[in-house]
Amino acid sequence: MNADSLWYIFINASLINNFVLAYFLGICPFLGVSGKLETASRMGGAVTFVMLISSMSAYGIHALLVAIDAPFLQLISYIVVIASTVQLVEMFIKKISPALFRALGIFLPLITTNCAILGLALFQTSKGYGFVQSFVYALGAGLGFTLALVLMAGLREQLDLADVPNVAKGTAITLLIAGILSLTFMGFAGLGG
Amino acid sequence: MERKSDKKTGFFATLQQSPSTDEFIKGLWRENAVFVQVLGMCPTLAVTNSATNAIAMGLATTFVLLMSNMLVSSLRNFIPKQVRIATYILIIATFVTVADYVIQAISLDVHKSLGAFIALIVVNCLILGRAEAFASKNTIGKSFLDGLGMGLGFTFALLCLGVVREILGSGTLFGIPFFPANFQEWVIMILPGGGFFTLAAWLLIFNWAKQRKKKVVQLDNKEIAA
Repeated sequence: MNADSLWYIFINASLINNFVLAYFLGICPFLGVSGKLETASRMGGAVTFVMLISSMSAYGIHALLVAIDAPFLQLISYIVVIASTVQLVEMFIKKISPALFRALGIFLPLITTNCAILGLALFQTSKGYGFVQSFVYALGAGLGFTLALVLMAGLREQLDLADVPNVAKGTAITLLIAGILSLTFMGFAGLGG
Repeated sequence: MERKSDKKTGFFATLQQSPSTDEFIKGLWRENAVFVQVLGMCPTLAVTNSATNAIAMGLATTFVLLMSNMLVSSLRNFIPKQVRIATYILIIATFVTVADYVIQAISLDVHKSLGAFIALIVVNCLILGRAEAFASKNTIGKSFLDGLGMGLGFTFALLCLGVVREILGSGTLFGIPFFPANFQEWVIMILPGGGFFTLAAWLLIFNWAKQRKKKVVQLDNKEIAA
């Protein structure tokens, strides 16, 4: 498959190099909000939305920074765009669904410090993607993040019924499951062909 | 003028008081960022596939944490409450840019192997967390010690993971062969899955130690009661 084709970019971002399970980006919400299936899927939606917006903005900012020859401002301007997008989403969710707003709690403003989003902006810049490619890349990354989060939430809901040894309760068992999920996702490596 | 001198006595006073050493020690162990607070997971898992990477990442994070803690603390009376998070992020991003260029100047190899994760120090929850929870409320001296302690604790945790993963995954330590030549590497340990497993194993060990200690204390109490 052609490495620049849109389909490949999508599969690559969502499955082969899943942001959570292969790049370790966005681990904090992955461990923090994956307790319930419902919350997890909506969190995934919010992150995907922020990713799409910030990825498109990052494309514009990068072009601008190249034009004025100031690459050292890259990091600072990306993070400002992400922070303001998150603020927008926060106000939006608060207005639309106060219940969801409460369920997401502290993790909503923390989307700003979700490495997956800044990582996405940095990766697409270093890979030199065009506008459409960036959009598809962000979509794939967002859906991949949601997939990982939802899978994890489903597993953890089942885990509540299981008899976990006392020492492993909490973060340790979650990390073990994440490790096994990560091994599973390595199976997708063949898809790139 | 008066205010300035006020701060100065505050600064020296904190250094002289014994609780200030506690600000330093707590980050190393009792409130260790990785093992106890489970903060800053992304770099912890992503760059610890070798001990060298782990140290470089730990020191870069310590530098950023130290500088941002001190700046946030010295500006804490001037930052309006509504925009504080944005201000903290900007301060952190500035120091990360500095660290990025410094690492590039010192060693291009390290810069290459850490890749995007140097830039991603910006979104390390640990740094923002300390700025919000500690530096914005405490004096410069205390914030300095807190940053140093937390940073070194973070480096220590990264090193714990890096050493295990490099020895098992590549059969080396700091690039020097650790096992006889016929050692079969556990490739899984330097792959993403290995990161999760190693951290889980460390957490299991710490939980076990903690529970054991609790049991001993309980037994002691019972003996005293008897």
